[in-house]
Amino acid sequence: MTTLDAREPEGPLQEKWDRRREKMSLVAPNNKKKHEIIVVGTGLAGGSAAATLGELGYNVKAFCIQDSPRRAHSIAAQGGINATKNYPNDGDSVWRLFYDTIKGGDFRSRESNTYRLAQLSNNIIDQAVAQGVPFAREYGGELANRSFGGAQVSRTFYARGQTGQQLLLGAYQALLRQVDAGKVQMFPRREMLDLVVIDGQARGIIVRNLVTGEMERYSADAVVLCTGGYGRAYFLSTNAFNSNATAAWRCHKRGAYFANPCYVQIHPTCIPQSGDYQSKLTLMSESLRNDGRVWVPKKKEDAGKPPHQIPDEDRDYYLERKYPAFGNLVPRDVASRNAKYVCDEGRGVGATGRAVYLDFRDAIQEQGRDLIEDKYGNLFHMYHKITDEDPYEVPMRIYPAVHYTMGGLWVDYELMSTIPGLFVAGEANFSDHGANRLGASALMQGLADGYFVIPFTVGNFIANDFQGKVDTSHEAFDKTEADVKAHIKKMMSGGDEDSRTVIEIYRDLGKVMYDKVGMSRTKEGLEAAREKIVELRQEFWNGVKIPGTPDGYNKMLELAGRLADFLELAELMAIDASEREESCGGHFREEYQTDEGEALRKDEEFSYVAAWEYGEAGDWTVHKEELEFENVKLSTRSYK
Amino acid sequence: MAKETITVHLKVWRQNGPNDQGRFETYKAEDVNVHMSFLEMLDVVNEDLVRAGDDPIAFDSDCREGICGTCGFVINGQAHGPEPSTTVCQLHMRSFKDGETITIEPWRARPFPVIKDLVVDRDAFDRIISAGGYVSVGTGPHQDANAAKVGKPLADRAFDAAACIGCGACVAACPNAAASLFTGAKITHLSLLPQGKPERSRRTRRMVHQMEKEGFGNCSNIGECEAVCPKDISIDNIAKMKREYLRAIFTDS
Repeated sequence: MTTLDAREPEGPLQEKWDRRREKMSLVAPNNKKKHEIIVVGTGLAGGSAAATLGELGYNVKAFCIQDSPRRAHSIAAQGGINATKNYPNDGDSVWRLFYDTIKGGDFRSRESNTYRLAQLSNNIIDQAVAQGVPFAREYGGELANRSFGGAQVSRTFYARGQTGQQLLLGAYQALLRQVDAGKVQMFPRREMLDLVVIDGQARGIIVRNLVTGEMERYSADAVVLCTGGYGRAYFLSTNAFNSNATAAWRCHKRGAYFANPCYVQIHPTCIPQSGDYQSKLTLMSESLRNDGRVWVPKKKEDAGKPPHQIPDEDRDYYLERKYPAFGNLVPRDVASRNAKYVCDEGRGVGATGRAVYLDFRDAIQEQGRDLIEDKYGNLFHMYHKITDEDPYEVPMRIYPAVHYTMGGLWVDYELMSTIPGLFVAGEANFSDHGANRLGASALMQGLADGYFVIPFTVGNFIANDFQGKVDTSHEAFDKTEADVKAHIKKMMSGGDEDSRTVIEIYRDLGKVMYDKVGMSRTKEGLEAAREKIVELRQEFWNGVKIPGTPDGYNKMLELAGRLADFLELAELMAIDASEREESCGGHFREEYQTDEGEALRKDEEFSYVAAWEYGEAGDWTVHKEELEFENVKLSTRSYK
Repeated sequence: MAKETITVHLKVWRQNGPNDQGRFETYKAEDVNVHMSFLEMLDVVNEDLVRAGDDPIAFDSDCREGICGTCGFVINGQAHGPEPSTTVCQLHMRSFKDGETITIEPWRARPFPVIKDLVVDRDAFDRIISAGGYVSVGTGPHQDANAAKVGKPLADRAFDAAACIGCGACVAACPNAAASLFTGAKITHLSLLPQGKPERSRRTRRMVHQMEKEGFGNCSNIGECEAVCPKDISIDNIAKMKREYLRAIFTDS
């Protein structure tokens, strides 16, 4: 087992990032234009990284699977973005945001990375405002803040319920400004299908043109992967239909270690599933828990009654009851697990019994309908559209759904993977959130990585480790492209009349993942999941029905390729969950809980990052990065 | 009580690439749960086509919650279908009647060539934004975010314009295939805010010229764009764009 060197800077926590930046090698302005950098994905991390690298003078090639960089799934983030501005004067500081994030992640993240994230948070707000991002404001003209789960200060900046959209459009506009300036070349409707590694360094990518079906090759001096998380391993999630892990997984197969794959966030406030045809689940922002009160009936027999017929004394506001200090604003993992418990007890509501109420009655009475509409109008509208119920009149029904993955490709302090020259930013890396991410921290991390970390660390790599130009006629490109073509050919050759479709196999995978590798896990369940996943993978490779040909627009072929990778990643998630014999954050093992049913961490044995090296499907080797806490004292998370 | 499942007859535009002539084909969707979204109904139809070895209907979608702007086609002559303020991914089958025939066509506009079936190429929108739809500031230290105050009503108006999702429904609904609502929304968002003022004229000129160069038609105040817009972007944004343009001809700031 090799030791993983996170390349953390020396010195006190508060000075680490400054010290590292001061020691970094620079690329002179007139030399930057001689270097090419590939950025894959154009969400908050990718869009901001590509724009900034272009501004600095590098020649950037940016790729996305959507028809436009503006459509990356960051756009769907609703609630907000954290920063330690302390505008409300409620005692916030960099330390507090750092501590809340470390604690929220159940002490399973790296101190140095998390501290840097908190330090950079304020720069992001200044940056976004300078770009013209229309954040919510008070009547006096200053920026407004609200509260989010896991924090006792108001540090969340927002733009109605569309914060992700507005921040992404800010990054997208910065990106298109560089397209206009000729520094970024944009390649939409391209899917990265492999990484080209030459002499141990990431030197290019193979992409499939999703319109023509043709393979294309691009070379560069560094590759930055910003391709998001792997929540779609569960089929049903709040992720976009096209969100996938393929680019990250193909890098993993080329030597990038995959860290903490079992850390998955199941978000408490989503619209419950309504039928078998469902293609995705819709999130209702956590910000709603600022004013909405979560409850179920005290008595099982009331579960079928309309909510207004259940008097207050027969309602169980279970989060307020169990966690008086944080109430409805407990972190996501705690809120989700408790929703599952009350539903398991038979007190769940709605047609399926798998839902709890999120009730705005009291908030509307206290603040008036207009104010609630101003804060959450678009969310209420969306809920009404989907369920045909008016949340101003009846409580929302919500249930947890897979939302975010804290695990991802392992990266060091400079966000470089175990393949030199391959950087990973945003949700695609594992770095900052430990075992659970706090609300309004994903936007912060994506933009911190893209605007303020990657541009420096990529430069440092190029200044020190650049090994001379390669072009796409190099034999490594021939070989990698041939591998990709063979993979597609194999997928398309097996199916016959009796084979199942991609979607059928995919739904089965999702079901086993949600049931056995979801909110609550057991050794037995994880073993059963692993068996089932291997079975599905065999079925897939024995023959799956894929229509059409690889030569042209073929959505089902795209999905098949992504499913093939999920069928491997899912097994690794089950293995990782099985080997982590403790409960922490989003990873809850039923065998390891306190008498009160809370997560029981085992710091002495499991205070490490599990970074997995790929051998072949079913065969991985774990490498451990011990987590050292020099600045915070490990404690049992309590929100009571 | 309304029926929980319905049968609908689909008349769908099939076109194999920009140079194919294209034609309507008909499909029957039975036992459609009224709580399904329109795209989920198409998913089910496509599953049947795949099982039968046929080519599924190509359409674009991504977030499926009405914010990414990827989806969109014309349903019974209306961009994004019959429900106001709704993208097709948020449209549910409860908006349709049992036995109804539903006609589905792609956005039809010369600057939006068809890629396949219901999928069109909207790169022209990116080129309009690229021609100035931004504030020219780089990444780096900026003044504190609260240094420039923006009153709430102004911030709200800027936000309303910035809420555009770039789906292209406005173009599809316009008899002139004008992109004025899309372009006007971005010009309005940035020209209202103090951060956007320094390059207000240049931005407006360049974006309007790019819009014309892409082959979008002129606005003739018909208002269909506003009517179909899933995000309720107001036609006032077009008036604002015209005023901004007039101003930009005579000033440099």
